[in-house]
Amino acid sequence: MSKKLFPIVALLMVLALVFGSLPVAAGNAAQEAGYGATLATVQERGYVICGGNASVPGFGFLDEAGDYQGFDIDFCKAVAAAVFGDAEAYEIRPLSSQERFSALQSGEIDVLIRNTTWTLTRDTEVGANFVHTTFYDGQGFIVRKADGINTLEDMDGGTVCVQTGTTTEANLADTFAARGISYEPVVYEDVETGWTTYEEGRCDSYTTDKSGLVARQTLLSVPEDHMILDETISKEPLGPVVRHGDDQWFDIVQWTVFATFFAEEHGITSENAADMMAATTNPREMSFFGAEGDLGVKLGLSNDWAYNIVSLVGNYAEIYNRNLGPDTATYIPRGLNSLYTDGGLLYAPPFR
Amino acid sequence: MTTTTAKSKVLPPPTERYSLLGWLHKNLFSTWYNALLTLFAAWLTYAMLKPTLTWIFGEARWDVISANLKLFMIGRYPIEQEWRVWAALFLLTWVIGLSWGSWVKKFELSGLVLLLIPVFMALLPFSMDDRLKILGLSVFSLIGYVIAKSQPATFSKVSIFAWLLYFPVGLLIIRGLTGDEGFFPVVDTQLWGGLMLTVLLSVLGIMFSFPIGVSLALGRQSKLPIISWISIGFIETIRGVPLITILFMMDLMLPLFLPSEIRIESIIRALVGITFFSAAYMAENVRGGLQSIPRGQHEASHALGLSGFQTMAFIIMPQALRAVIPILVSQFIGLLKDTTLVMILSLFDILGIGKAVLGNPDYIGTSREVYLFIAAVFWILSYGMSYASQRLETALGLGER
Amino acid sequence: MEKTHTTQQATIPFWRDERVLRVLGQIIFLIAVIVFGYYIYNNMITALAKQGMTPSFAFLNQTAGFDIGERLIEYERADFNKRAVLVAVLNTVQVSIVGIILSTILGVFLGIARLSTNFLVAKLSSIYLEILRNIPLLVLLIFWYTGIFITLPRVKEAISLGTSIFISNRGMVIPWGIPTETWRAYLIVLGVGIVLSAIVNWQLNLVGKRTGRPPLVTLWTIITFLAVAIIGWIALPQSPLTLDLPTLQGLNFKGGYTFSPEYLALLSGLVIYTAAFVGEIVRAGILSVSKGQIEASRALGLNAFQTLRLIVFPQAMRVIVPPLTSQYLNLTKNSSLAVAIGYPDLFAIAGTMHNQTGRSVEVIALMMGIYLSTSLITSVFMNFYNKKIKLVER
Repeated sequence: MSKKLFPIVALLMVLALVFGSLPVAAGNAAQEAGYGATLATVQERGYVICGGNASVPGFGFLDEAGDYQGFDIDFCKAVAAAVFGDAEAYEIRPLSSQERFSALQSGEIDVLIRNTTWTLTRDTEVGANFVHTTFYDGQGFIVRKADGINTLEDMDGGTVCVQTGTTTEANLADTFAARGISYEPVVYEDVETGWTTYEEGRCDSYTTDKSGLVARQTLLSVPEDHMILDETISKEPLGPVVRHGDDQWFDIVQWTVFATFFAEEHGITSENAADMMAATTNPREMSFFGAEGDLGVKLGLSNDWAYNIVSLVGNYAEIYNRNLGPDTATYIPRGLNSLYTDGGLLYAPPFR
Repeated sequence: MTTTTAKSKVLPPPTERYSLLGWLHKNLFSTWYNALLTLFAAWLTYAMLKPTLTWIFGEARWDVISANLKLFMIGRYPIEQEWRVWAALFLLTWVIGLSWGSWVKKFELSGLVLLLIPVFMALLPFSMDDRLKILGLSVFSLIGYVIAKSQPATFSKVSIFAWLLYFPVGLLIIRGLTGDEGFFPVVDTQLWGGLMLTVLLSVLGIMFSFPIGVSLALGRQSKLPIISWISIGFIETIRGVPLITILFMMDLMLPLFLPSEIRIESIIRALVGITFFSAAYMAENVRGGLQSIPRGQHEASHALGLSGFQTMAFIIMPQALRAVIPILVSQFIGLLKDTTLVMILSLFDILGIGKAVLGNPDYIGTSREVYLFIAAVFWILSYGMSYASQRLETALGLGER
Repeated sequence: MEKTHTTQQATIPFWRDERVLRVLGQIIFLIAVIVFGYYIYNNMITALAKQGMTPSFAFLNQTAGFDIGERLIEYERADFNKRAVLVAVLNTVQVSIVGIILSTILGVFLGIARLSTNFLVAKLSSIYLEILRNIPLLVLLIFWYTGIFITLPRVKEAISLGTSIFISNRGMVIPWGIPTETWRAYLIVLGVGIVLSAIVNWQLNLVGKRTGRPPLVTLWTIITFLAVAIIGWIALPQSPLTLDLPTLQGLNFKGGYTFSPEYLALLSGLVIYTAAFVGEIVRAGILSVSKGQIEASRALGLNAFQTLRLIVFPQAMRVIVPPLTSQYLNLTKNSSLAVAIGYPDLFAIAGTMHNQTGRSVEVIALMMGIYLSTSLITSVFMNFYNKKIKLVER
């Protein structure tokens, strides 16, 4: 008799599973995680945990020794340097694009630095807070020159490869629908498969942030056969992300980013930081180094926090050139990611 | 079926002997359609093998494997602690040698073959250091074998304890003991990876799922309706959904299920998922074993005055488990293969490492080499284990009485 | 012994009465489970509330905002999320059903081949089984897709079979029919055909039962149906389907029907993998039929094919069906690995949806619920079939 019952029981379990999560207990909504909680946790633990990427050349990948390298990883080091004065006091938790926000929400990571686009929905509903952008990007398309595609309209009836779980996927759908271009998307779970299939000719185009396109084009077997379309269909400001509810931690990560901008603007590098600190008479630089005032204490850190960032990790230009500069395999021209004095968008508020 | 002993005087029927031509005729060209089939099969073999072999020995870039071998095997495990993985492996081969020596009575050719595998591997272009370590695998298993052969009777019991002790000890060696400093520092699970992680996840998964699976099997058999319904519900829910969804759920939701102060590492989350998954299948296998025990055993045991619990613990369970051991081995092999799905959770098991290696600018475009290598590793492990377990089963007479 | 037991039972206090204890134990267990469940649920709600989220399935009625490359029904980015779920479910179901049919055919073939007297055929088949059974499906799929399907010739150099079937790394394009005005009328004709052939089948079965010499029932049934279908096609004023031939225009083939390489890779990967297991099951099933049955059948004058069809298979089926059911379920569940090779199945779409909406709990619950229902339906159907073919014990 109970044998016959089991499908029914199991079906009931399904229904319970589905509808069990329906009833809503909204009583204690939007409880603040509390000012200063994250920093206390991090300091007690002794290292920062950053959500990162393990498979984007130039931004986050594993080298042969099994260490993480890349632009995003260096910003994680900068946060570690600011908090602990030790650029190695960090741990990278590799996350897929699908799990990154859950990991942030659950408190598994302290900060998410994994080419994540700042959008309104993510800033509000997903419960994430975006600090200042570290890399300005935009979504573009790479195509084969031989196909004679010059505008998006030429791609009508074509196939586009894209990575899942990203704003890229939605941008693609929005743009092509708005312009009335018919296309077939092929959606991959990981970047590598997408590029392989593009190169083999499965798709007419691969779409992702232009930085990704530029960095990756050099690694195609014949880079000259491909070109990136001029059109940019989206704004993709990429930067570190923290949880809602802890403004102190937000400030720390935010000003860590600004410190790298400031250092570049003032010509402070990892090499000359110590000399500059001793020699400077500029009041802004003096408060930056902590020789004057107590900016670090205001953040809840030690006063030499900014000095630690620059001396241990470097200024923005150093971080950029190390990972994406002309000497690397993943060279991307700086473009918008230059100081405002050079026509870019990097502008640090005053350190006072 | 028959009571004749092995020492029966009846001679086996004469084996048929053929000349080469006769063999060819009988096995390949006996009828016209058989001849056609043979030709077709031969053509198929040729058409598949030729491009494959040309590629393997000509075009393939195997440097991606040799340069990243350490990553593939142990992931980001610190290189200066690598000896601990070797130590755990030596211990394992020693225990295998010990049990082979005490359980397998006759001289076995297959044992010799297993013994020679490391010797052949040592001929591959590894560094001298690595070759010695690989040879060490053979040496340790031989030591175990010789020790056991000296007194097979005593060591057959010892080897059972050795197996039971091996897993906690091996895990301890790999994880470490003495905090961050010293001789035996703790290696964070975040750094575990590669084949080591694949094997560990499946071994731990099977070990933890065993008690859960047995309880679920008993629960399902239970006459108490609520307990049996809950067991059935659990088993059928888990068996009804793909492993990947269970892993995905554990990855995203386990942190939500627990109080926010508790932080669980992603490896543990994957392990919880794997354990639940494996437990449900284990329960069904054990239930199969329970049902295979004739009713007479229950009745006899009750007649002797044993209680329900005693009957289960001392009469039914031992027989049932004995009957399902072969199935459990194949379940383990299945789990080993299924563990690759943790890649989707961005864990660095051997497949995840493969993906990470392909993200390295130097090795772009070598996906075939990487995936073929991974497939080969799994094939060797899984085929090797099923072969060895079949041998052991026949030697021990497991699963049959 | 028995007597003392009954007399004691009357005076036994309720806390030692086994029946009471059983009920009590169960209630305590149930309460423990419920408390634990509530604890987990409460933690989850608290954690979500911290981020200002409350679980709700309202997102199903919001615009999806993403496109799906392969679909059996109309869908565009402006449709609701629930429509996207439906598209995904249909994709999963379709690949599973086709996969189950093909892997059964290939598996039966492999199982028989392994028992073949032809040495080469038997060896090849057994090598195939040993290789496929010992590698993980995920590795096989990724290798199969990136190593084989994607390395086929590009669309401009597509291999053509005949004049209008093209194979490239964009998949396989075949000619396809486009319904014309008479298509609906033709569907009615087909319906009539099915009814007629059913009647023929029923009548012939009766004849067979009466005379003890069944005519070729299946053959005549099919002939009836085909006759109606062909006559209807010719009799209608306009043929119900016009042939749409694929041609290379611009970037892709236009016209015809395209099977994408993702679909083909997933389907063939699932089929060759599952067929290896089905092959083993079929072999074991055939071996379970005692040799005497085959010898008796040959002695009665049945030929090898008839023996296999009429004697061996019906008996082997009883051993084959239960493990076969679990292989079918496995195939359905394994189709979720499609996410690794870019086929938009349920799991892949659920992942996209989770990322676009940020609703992890709801998406996971929905996805698992659907998989579970699919599995249950399959196993209920197979249990029914298994009962039907079960040996009637007398």
